[in-house]
Amino acid sequence: MEAAEIFNLLKSVFNEGIMELKTDVPVAPFIIVSADKINAVSLFLRDEDTLQFDSLSCLSGVDYDKDNLASVYHLYSFVHNHKITIKVIVPKDNPLVQSVYDVWATAEWHEREAFDMMGLKYENHPDPRRILCPDDWEGHPLRKDYKVQEFYKGMKVPY
Amino acid sequence: MGILNKLDSRIEQFESGNIIITTADKLLNWSRLSSMWQMFFGLACCAIEMMATSASHYDLDRFGIIPRPSPRHCDIILISGTVTLKMATRIKRLYDQMPSPKYILSMGSCSNCGGPYWEHGYHVLKGIDRIIPVDVYVPGCPPRPEALLEGLLKVQEKIRSQSMAKQTNKV
Repeated sequence: MEAAEIFNLLKSVFNEGIMELKTDVPVAPFIIVSADKINAVSLFLRDEDTLQFDSLSCLSGVDYDKDNLASVYHLYSFVHNHKITIKVIVPKDNPLVQSVYDVWATAEWHEREAFDMMGLKYENHPDPRRILCPDDWEGHPLRKDYKVQEFYKGMKVPY
Repeated sequence: MGILNKLDSRIEQFESGNIIITTADKLLNWSRLSSMWQMFFGLACCAIEMMATSASHYDLDRFGIIPRPSPRHCDIILISGTVTLKMATRIKRLYDQMPSPKYILSMGSCSNCGGPYWEHGYHVLKGIDRIIPVDVYVPGCPPRPEALLEGLLKVQEKIRSQSMAKQTNKV
C-alpha cells in the first residue's frame, strides 16, 4: 500500500486522531497522529489484514522545533513489503506519548532511549528508566537547549 | 672479590661460582618490573590495539605482562580507551581494590584528555587523571603497539628507579 492509501484507511477508521499526511518532504512520506491515539492506531496498523505492519524498524525521539518534540515510528511489513512513517508531535512542556510497548515489544528499549535522550514521557511503559545515561543524570542530552551539568559525582564534566 | 671472600662457609660451598651480589632494592625491583600483571579489561578502540600488543606478533608475555581477571592480582592498569563518566566510577573502584604498589598507564587521547569528545562529549571524562594518578601517558588515537610497548618500558623504568626497601619514594 502507498502512503496515501494507508492515510485514507486510517482516516476512515480513526478520523480525529489522524491529523495530516505529508508527502512533499525530502524524506519518506509520513502521517501525523495525535499522542492519545497512537497506541490504538499502532494496534490497527499491526493487525489489519491489508496493512500488517509486523516490524517496528525504529522508534526515535526528535527535537522537532522550538516548542515541540516528536516521537517517530518507522514501520515495515514483511508480509506486504510496504512501509510507513508515523510521527507524534507533543509540546516540550508536557511531552506525554502513549507507549506502544504492548504492540511491538521492541519499543520498550527504544522508548527508554527516547526518554533518556529527549525527555519524551511514555504512558504505561513497563520500565520507564533511563537506558544509557546513569540513573541520576540531569537533563536530556540530545535536546537542542541541553546544558551539560558542571559536576557528576564529584567529577568535573566540561573540558 | 673482597666481599666474596667474607661470605660465611654456607655460601662458599657453591664452588661453581654462581653467586650474584646485589641490593635488596635491585632484586625486588627486577622481580616487580619483570612481572607487571595487568588488569584484564579494555574500554574502546584502544583495547583492540592492546589486544594486538598482547597477541603473538608483539607478545606482551615476554615482558611478564599477563592479563589477570581480578584487580587484587594486578600491578598495572592500562586505561585503554574512552572513559565515560559511568565507567569512571567503576574504574575508581577497581583501582582502589588493587594492592599497592600500583601503576596506571593511560593509553590514547581519550583517556589522556577526552580526545575527540573533549567539547561535545557530555558523557566522557576528560582525562583519567581527574580521578586516579597516572604514571605514563601514551599519546595516539589509538597508539600503535610499538607506542604502547614504549609506554610499558617507561613504567618499567619508573619501577627501576623506586625503592621498596627504604620506602623513600611513595609508591
